Amino acid sequence: MTNQEIIGRIDRSIAEEFEIDPEGMKPEKTLFQDLGLDSLDIVDLVIVLETAFRFKIREDEGIRKIRTLGDIHAFVIQKKNELESIPR
Amino acid sequence: MPLKRVVITGMGAVSPFGRGVDTLMTALLLGESGVRILPELADIRGIRTRVAALVPGVDPGEIPRKYRRSMSTMSVFAALAAGDAIAQAGLSGEQVRGGRLGVSIGSTIGSPRTTQAFFDDFRTDNSVERMKSGVFFQIMNHSCAANVAHMFDITGRTVAPAAACSTGSLAVGYGAEMISMGKQDFMLCGGADEFHPLTAGTFDIMNAASIRFNDSPERTPRPFDRDRDGVVCAEGSGILLLESLDSALRRDAEILAEIVGFASTSDPESIANPNAANIALCMRQALLDAGIGAAGIDYVNAHATGTELGDIAESEAIRSVFGGRIPTSSLKGNLGHAMAASGALELAASVEMMRREILLPTHNLDHVDPLCASVLHVREVIRRRVDTVMKNNFALGGVNSSLIIRRFRQ
Repeated sequence: MTNQEIIGRIDRSIAEEFEIDPEGMKPEKTLFQDLGLDSLDIVDLVIVLETAFRFKIREDEGIRKIRTLGDIHAFVIQKKNELESIPR
Repeated sequence: MPLKRVVITGMGAVSPFGRGVDTLMTALLLGESGVRILPELADIRGIRTRVAALVPGVDPGEIPRKYRRSMSTMSVFAALAAGDAIAQAGLSGEQVRGGRLGVSIGSTIGSPRTTQAFFDDFRTDNSVERMKSGVFFQIMNHSCAANVAHMFDITGRTVAPAAACSTGSLAVGYGAEMISMGKQDFMLCGGADEFHPLTAGTFDIMNAASIRFNDSPERTPRPFDRDRDGVVCAEGSGILLLESLDSALRRDAEILAEIVGFASTSDPESIANPNAANIALCMRQALLDAGIGAAGIDYVNAHATGTELGDIAESEAIRSVFGGRIPTSSLKGNLGHAMAASGALELAASVEMMRREILLPTHNLDHVDPLCASVLHVREVIRRRVDTVMKNNFALGGVNSSLIIRRFRQ
């Protein structure tokens, strides 16, 4: 999966779950202020991402630093790279 | 402390005929049935009934996602009906948010659909890792009440009475008492429920669900009829905006009816079977509460669900309190039994009967059961002015309730 494909899947999943206009899914958008999410939504956001990418991130410290949609893109791409570099 | 008079100034309905009190009344006046064949019931082992009365044409999407995420279907019904009741009453934003409006809305249980969805997923690997944040808010017992309060920014009391089929009437009665005591000026009161095979199955295993009209759903349930064979489960929500008379007069609100009496009794004889003596006691206590005699009631809107035992017990009780000449009908022949919503939906229709000066008949009452013949059954739409109406509801669990409403006069 390319980074662009990852970003596309993230944006589609979030737009669908939180009923956000896909046109508004720009990397610089903040989750709380711009996209209108709140703390309960963040609980669900984690589940949406875990389901979409089949990884576990709830206990991951990196989540707490996420502020924007672009932060999610970078976080997921890094997480997937980490997981794929681990020998099976 | 003098008690305050309590009036109804707004009503909302989500019923098997769709949304709105007018929609409900149009269907009832035309003698329509909301009961349909529900094919998926055939896939459930052990359930024999194939019919139910579901709500058509309601769009949950009109509720913003922020509120909808914590709502199951029943809370959506309650929220839409509550919004319509507030709108009809014409309350201002300040009146809604200012702490003098409370909520008294119940359901039989928290959302059975959400509960099932949660456990379906949970049981796959004994995990809560996929549980969304809204699940608990949909299955908690006060889900409908809390969601209505949340959606409309209501800051007064929130209570969620639960007594199965009596829920809606109890919620109205207890809400009226809070206003009467001056604890709140306004109360949104009623009940809501969503259909689930659990409910239909519960009646079915007790041989109290209708199973002989699976191919002709509009012919069941049949309250008081000799061929009745049980309950048809329904869903929906009825919500009434109650208000102190002082407040309604102060803001020049249209008064739809006054609530003048309420009683509830517990029937320890049986957790499931109705008892005529206890039902009669409940009705007599409501009359005492209203300060009127039996002759002061013009019409009884019965609970009558179409079960063998329940309809007989209620008929006997009505005869023992009123004699045999009191006009009586049940709306469940049209609506099915909307459980926690039934009392409030039927109360809203009863208010409209008073306003429109009509009495609605019992649908499907073709041949009165001789054991139910002790009351004067309304068999067709009758044009008649009635001023005082008793509304009965009796619940599994042995909780009885009777409300008395009256045409408003100063």
